[in-house]
Amino acid sequence: MTKPESEWTWKELPVGNVILEPGNASSYRTGDWKSFKPVLNKELCIHCGLCYIFCPDMAYNLDEEGYFIADLFYCKGCGICATECPTRAITMVVEEEK
Amino acid sequence: MGKRVGMEVSIAAAEAVKQANVDVISAYPITPQTHIVEHLSEIVANGELDAEFFCVESEHSAMSICIGSEATGARSFTCTSAQGLALMAEMTYIASGLRLPILMIVANRTLSAPLSIWNDHSDTMMIRDCGWIQFFVENGQEVYDHVFISYRVGEDRSVLFPTIINMDGFILSHVIEPIELIDQEKVDKFLPPYQPLYRLHPDQPVTMGAFALPAIFAETKKAQEVALRASLPKILEVWKEFGDLTGRYYHPVETYKAEDAETLLVTMGSIGETASVAVDRMREEGRSVGLVKIRLWRPFPFEALKQATLHAKNLVVIDRAVSVGGPGGPVASEVKAAIYGEPLRPTVYNFIAGISGRDVAPFDFIKMVDKAEIEIEEGKKDGYELYGVRE
Repeated sequence: MTKPESEWTWKELPVGNVILEPGNASSYRTGDWKSFKPVLNKELCIHCGLCYIFCPDMAYNLDEEGYFIADLFYCKGCGICATECPTRAITMVVEEEK
Repeated sequence: MGKRVGMEVSIAAAEAVKQANVDVISAYPITPQTHIVEHLSEIVANGELDAEFFCVESEHSAMSICIGSEATGARSFTCTSAQGLALMAEMTYIASGLRLPILMIVANRTLSAPLSIWNDHSDTMMIRDCGWIQFFVENGQEVYDHVFISYRVGEDRSVLFPTIINMDGFILSHVIEPIELIDQEKVDKFLPPYQPLYRLHPDQPVTMGAFALPAIFAETKKAQEVALRASLPKILEVWKEFGDLTGRYYHPVETYKAEDAETLLVTMGSIGETASVAVDRMREEGRSVGLVKIRLWRPFPFEALKQATLHAKNLVVIDRAVSVGGPGGPVASEVKAAIYGEPLRPTVYNFIAGISGRDVAPFDFIKMVDKAEIEIEEGKKDGYELYGVRE
């Protein structure tokens, strides 16, 4: 997105509010919706990838060490990953104000 | 001058849709709109028109398909009535929000309950604020003509809005009238192929119908509101061009013996023709009565209405729909709102007449004018009555 939606004036909107830039949802920060964030205990993780599969926002990515890590730019804090994790390796903790 | 032939108005409407060379027709049959889609179905089946005809399972789907096809750049058409329009209502707001120039003919019919198939304007008033350009036509010729006018206006890059042509069910849809058909060559010149501004195409992907958070929704509505109001000059321009082509000139507000009249009847739709007969009779008796007919309902023609009515003493506004528990009929409410800011303005008396197809004859208009003139003279400022109801 070229600029945050709160800065658009009505005159600048494309006719019918068409979005002309494909895939621009990837630049939309849904991460600031959350109040809890997932924290992974790597000792319990069995690399099964269920968190990656179940994440409704596709926020999980595989890192170089083979762990699935939530990208907090997108993670809305829904907690589905923590619920589905078979070894309880993920816990939801309150996200402190920065 | 084109060929003048006698035909049912619904058939004339379907022939106009064919001549407009639409790409997609998607409709569900409902009385009194049925003859239009039946005839279009035949036209497509006979190979007279190269279009996709979708027999959908509901009006909600009819409009949804039109939205999808119009978004790909296909000229799309649908028509409906009453309960069908109610089922479609959700999608009408989406078509205008996405600025897709679909054309819909509404053969106006009463909304249930009680169940009724007859004519009034309660169906279309339900979606008054759906953000479409909205015409009310008076006769079959106007229906035929406005099919071309609507596509031409709606598809213009400066407009891009869907259009509703309101035609009275049965009173127009099922009546045989003389229609002057326009030569195809002339139609093609007046209505070139649709060139969409944006369309769904894999070569240049776009998103239509995205989500808007509160931070931007008001801006989207303002853009829509300003654009619909700004379509008025284009409508006038296209009407002028159409008049030069056919000799039939249209205006947002039509007047009949109104210039010097003390009392003005205000009507919308086919009832205006009957009212003009009543005006003639009252004029013969030496009474100062005229007629104002609103053709363009959205964008509302504020200036034209003021110009036609402000000199009068009394306005007798005839509505064909009830706003139950509200301030009177929708037309009277808007006429009042339009003249409210004027220091010198006529007094408005509102009658609801001809609901659910009950006949309104010339003498009914005379009775309404009689009552309104007497009561306004006695000082009544808020005259409002469901005309002809048995006590």
